[in-house]
Amino acid sequence: MVFNKDAHSDHISKQFNEELEALKTYLMTMGGIAENQLKQALDSLLEGDEELAQRALKVDEQINDWEIEIEEQCTRIIALRQPAASDLRMIMAISRAVKDLERIGDESAGIARHAITLCEEGESPRGYNEIRQIGSLISEMVTETLTAFARYDVEMAYKVAKKDRDVDDAYKTAMRSLITYMMEDPRSISRVLNVIWVLRSLERIGDLSRNISQHLIYLVKGVNVSHSTLKEIKQTIKG
Amino acid sequence: MATILTPETLPAGPQLPSADGDTTNPANATAAPVSAKAHAIDISALKRVQGKLDLSKEEIAIKVRDLKLFYGDKQALNNISMDIPKNRVTAFIGPSGCGKSTLLRCFNRMNDLVDFCRIDGQMLLDEADIYERGVDVADLRRRVGMVFQKPNPFPKSIYENVAYGLRIQGINKKRLLDDTVEWALRSAALWDEVKDRLHESALGMSGGQQQRLVIARTIAVKPEVLLLDEPASALDPISTLKIEELIHELKKEFTIVIVTHNMQQAARVSDYTAFMYMGDLIEFGATDDLFTTPQKKQTEDYITGRYG
Repeated sequence: MVFNKDAHSDHISKQFNEELEALKTYLMTMGGIAENQLKQALDSLLEGDEELAQRALKVDEQINDWEIEIEEQCTRIIALRQPAASDLRMIMAISRAVKDLERIGDESAGIARHAITLCEEGESPRGYNEIRQIGSLISEMVTETLTAFARYDVEMAYKVAKKDRDVDDAYKTAMRSLITYMMEDPRSISRVLNVIWVLRSLERIGDLSRNISQHLIYLVKGVNVSHSTLKEIKQTIKG
Repeated sequence: MATILTPETLPAGPQLPSADGDTTNPANATAAPVSAKAHAIDISALKRVQGKLDLSKEEIAIKVRDLKLFYGDKQALNNISMDIPKNRVTAFIGPSGCGKSTLLRCFNRMNDLVDFCRIDGQMLLDEADIYERGVDVADLRRRVGMVFQKPNPFPKSIYENVAYGLRIQGINKKRLLDDTVEWALRSAALWDEVKDRLHESALGMSGGQQQRLVIARTIAVKPEVLLLDEPASALDPISTLKIEELIHELKKEFTIVIVTHNMQQAARVSDYTAFMYMGDLIEFGATDDLFTTPQKKQTEDYITGRYG
């Protein structure tokens, strides 16, 4: 069945159109904030900018407010409109995506917190290269998953899911080299541990972005691909 | 009242106990907490959730083959072919004039009453075509009962309304009549409300009660199939819920086909849903699938309230 990004604007009830449109706009706004927060957190870490890290920490409250607002809208629409089929899937997908976005926000705040710790300790530890490399991959994933959602682009969603595998590989490699650093110089352990926590957060953000892409595939294709392999997802998109 | 009867606990025939008066039933746990309720969780609710339905695995009660219906020159049904599964609720949905009521009325030859109506194709009830020459229509309508949009009780007592079908079959034994009337009224979740005034006029009942009385009257003759044409559209929300609950209970013994304008109702009560549009059967499948992931654009547009 053909399904495009205007699919939610041709109901007989114009009010319903507007509500769904607003819901989507809210999600995109929240996504934008989360995307920006992640960027701030990463920049503050890599540039040792404590003030920026503080700002990134604060954004978390804003994200939490959006989460509650959007969840409430979803509940209200379900109660008043009894949506069916693609409308229902849209509400479900958005309400799940909001949860994932909120957790992306939490992880970014975590990164900002580690940035502050690392700033206080001064000198730049080893492992920043790994953070830079994985961080840029993750930022791309977050941006792409949001773009995919805005355009209902399942191909792009698939690419995000695929990229998550690259991130997992990069994460494993980074872990190995960080363990080597710690074995070479036990004095670096506490600092390198901080880097590991950051990498761990980034890896989680990657998973969450992949989840959001999977919610989009559910919305567009009506198939839950939460635990599907990449090959199965590919087939779902084609089918 | 929520009545949860599992197939294991459900005796067949007129001895059917009412969940309303039965304290061993978990549904009455609010009145007397029983073992089925543990840690404030109603365990029996688990049994109520059935697995995924698959039409190809169902026993079929009625087979419709290439059914065409004309009102004069106008074709109202175009080559309908479908299987109505046994002991399931099948709902027909679709906009006004799509042919869903017409199709429903074909199941017990109600369209015979329309002079300029002509029917082609087959409708097989237990493998026998009901449009075959020589079929006894009265007997067919005993096997395939029907309930209409507006409750239509006879201007008789409540008891006589339910016993009517049995009396015209020549059954006059008081004991048998009493038992059947009680069973039918209990099955229609009406017994407790009317047991003290069985001999009062049925016209003094509320609309919701009248509709349940009509259902009791229909099931008293033990039909195989129950056709419901908008059974709740003239009722208030509470009566509507009672009828819906009743449909859920009755499907254990009858094959039910329901026409409804209320899509949420179709989604709630039915196991299978057929979407019709302009005399065509557009999509027919498990209700859960049809309402979450319809395969056809027309179905999607209709159930989500879009311009078709």
